[in-house]
Amino acid sequence: MADSALLDSTAVSGVRLRRFAGARGPRPRRALSRRNVFIYGTLVVVALYYLLPLYVMIVTSLKGMPEIRLGNIFSPPLEVTFEPWVRAWSTVCTGLNCEGLSRGFWNSVRITVPSVVLSIAIASVNGYVLALWRFKGADTFFTILVVGAFIPYQVMIYPIVIVLREVGLYGSRTGLIVVHSIFGMPILSLLFRNYFSSIPEELFKAGRVDGAGFWGIYFRIMLPMALPIFAVAIILQVTGIWNDFLFGVIYTKPDSYPMTVQLNNIVNATQGVKEYNVNMAATLLTGLVPLVVYLASGKLFVRGIAAGAVKG
Amino acid sequence: MTSARRPSPILRNLTAKAASVPMIVTALVIFVGGSAWTIVYSFTDSKLLPRLNYVGLEQYRRLWVTPRWLVAIENLAIFGVLSLVFSLVIGFLLAALLDRKIRFENTFRTIFLYPYALSFIITGLAWQWILDPDHGIQSVVRGLGWTSFAFDPLYNPAIVIYGVLIAGLWQGTGLVMCLMLAGLRSIDDDIWKAARVDGIPTWKTYVFIVIPMMRPVFVTTLVLISSGIVRVYDLIVAQTSGGPGIASEVPAKYVYDYMFRAQNLGQGFAGSTMMLLTVGIVIVPWAYIHYGRKRHG
Repeated sequence: MADSALLDSTAVSGVRLRRFAGARGPRPRRALSRRNVFIYGTLVVVALYYLLPLYVMIVTSLKGMPEIRLGNIFSPPLEVTFEPWVRAWSTVCTGLNCEGLSRGFWNSVRITVPSVVLSIAIASVNGYVLALWRFKGADTFFTILVVGAFIPYQVMIYPIVIVLREVGLYGSRTGLIVVHSIFGMPILSLLFRNYFSSIPEELFKAGRVDGAGFWGIYFRIMLPMALPIFAVAIILQVTGIWNDFLFGVIYTKPDSYPMTVQLNNIVNATQGVKEYNVNMAATLLTGLVPLVVYLASGKLFVRGIAAGAVKG
Repeated sequence: MTSARRPSPILRNLTAKAASVPMIVTALVIFVGGSAWTIVYSFTDSKLLPRLNYVGLEQYRRLWVTPRWLVAIENLAIFGVLSLVFSLVIGFLLAALLDRKIRFENTFRTIFLYPYALSFIITGLAWQWILDPDHGIQSVVRGLGWTSFAFDPLYNPAIVIYGVLIAGLWQGTGLVMCLMLAGLRSIDDDIWKAARVDGIPTWKTYVFIVIPMMRPVFVTTLVLISSGIVRVYDLIVAQTSGGPGIASEVPAKYVYDYMFRAQNLGQGFAGSTMMLLTVGIVIVPWAYIHYGRKRHG
């Protein structure tokens, strides 16, 4: 790619072409070329735009209500207060309940953790079967799964309500966990199938020769090798399930609503005085988990979202 | 035949089959069965509870004369086309800039992609606040002295969908950028070298060589975002609750409201079947080309 950078300078001006012609090794850097000013200028402006909402949320959540009414949303707080955060976490009301967002937070934890474990357990075995133990018809089911990933959820939500009601799970967290496992299955199975397909078949055969069976090979050969892809799957699922709203609002009852649903109910409540600072603190609190996962995971997050798209 | 040699074809690979039960049940019962069930019941007059009393296309006829559905479809069309165009263009441009061997590439990428890690609820609420006419951008600009300045998309039925579009683009463009960047990185260096030898300017190389080569990436991205657009629900609920009035309704919200609030299941089923049809129009040709080509290759 060094040459493509070089190529770019030829496009900007012929003068620089002479300067670089035949150059080898690292590109000589000139900080303030016209090209650099354009590229970095654009990127910085766009980056500021992307950061703006986060900034506005943070400063709003640190102001008192009088300051919000008078000042503008972009100005930093004159007097920093953490009271809105405390209130959002522990005393803000949704309906008759005034326990704050902490309840939604713990609900979300109790929903997300089992959902992530269950969905990944199922999907990794699916991927393992599809890559190494393919039986007649397996690919058909997989195709249905992948095509099904594009079906709007709205087509399937009501039949699922009926099924869950029949088995007595409608309205419970367990029901929601099952739903998350179902809808996580297409993308995760694809992820694991692609990964296990890329593992040399000799390993699998060696395991077979040594007498390992289906589960023996899975647990003792495949699982340890697939740890990076498990990390990708965990990141994908934690953010995805934490951010879910639709399934939470349909398949749980108000006292087990996940954090996103409770947050929306707090901020878009029609009665009472709007406490913008508390609302923004609550919004940030809800976004904290996926944000931390995102920042901590770095390239793995990118790998996760690109997995379904690029390999297809 | 084979069963003469081996015990039984059904018993072969039994553990693998047993382990696939969740996948098989999901595929057959939920994905195929659930969709078929909804389609069948969309031809009934189900109200509070689903019942098999067929009324033909009555639900669809009613759907297409309900103003709220028509608004929802119009919004979906505007939102869909504009977010496709803008997120593809902006996503590609950002990816191209990041691909120019720049410093701090990781920092910029992290910034452009972080909204994608946040939920639509957070996106909607944040932009609801920024676009709030009494406190947000409008009041700030007025405070600077331009007192007649008006920018209140969330309170103006005529432009509310553009307010939602701003938020949607903020959330989703990072994903497109990432996919495009992966596509750009997959272009062979020799292509760039050859273009350079021929003295083709950079922008021409992009437009006439790189972009045509990235066609599969564009198509996949297109399919991915369009299936996401049809589903858009949380963003609307958080940012506008469908308002003002019904000005920012979308099909997914129409379906939810009729199924779980208005107790008019038939309308909900008809609406969701229309959504399925919309996605089908995008997906089927793509799947046909995609998998058809794979079989030959």
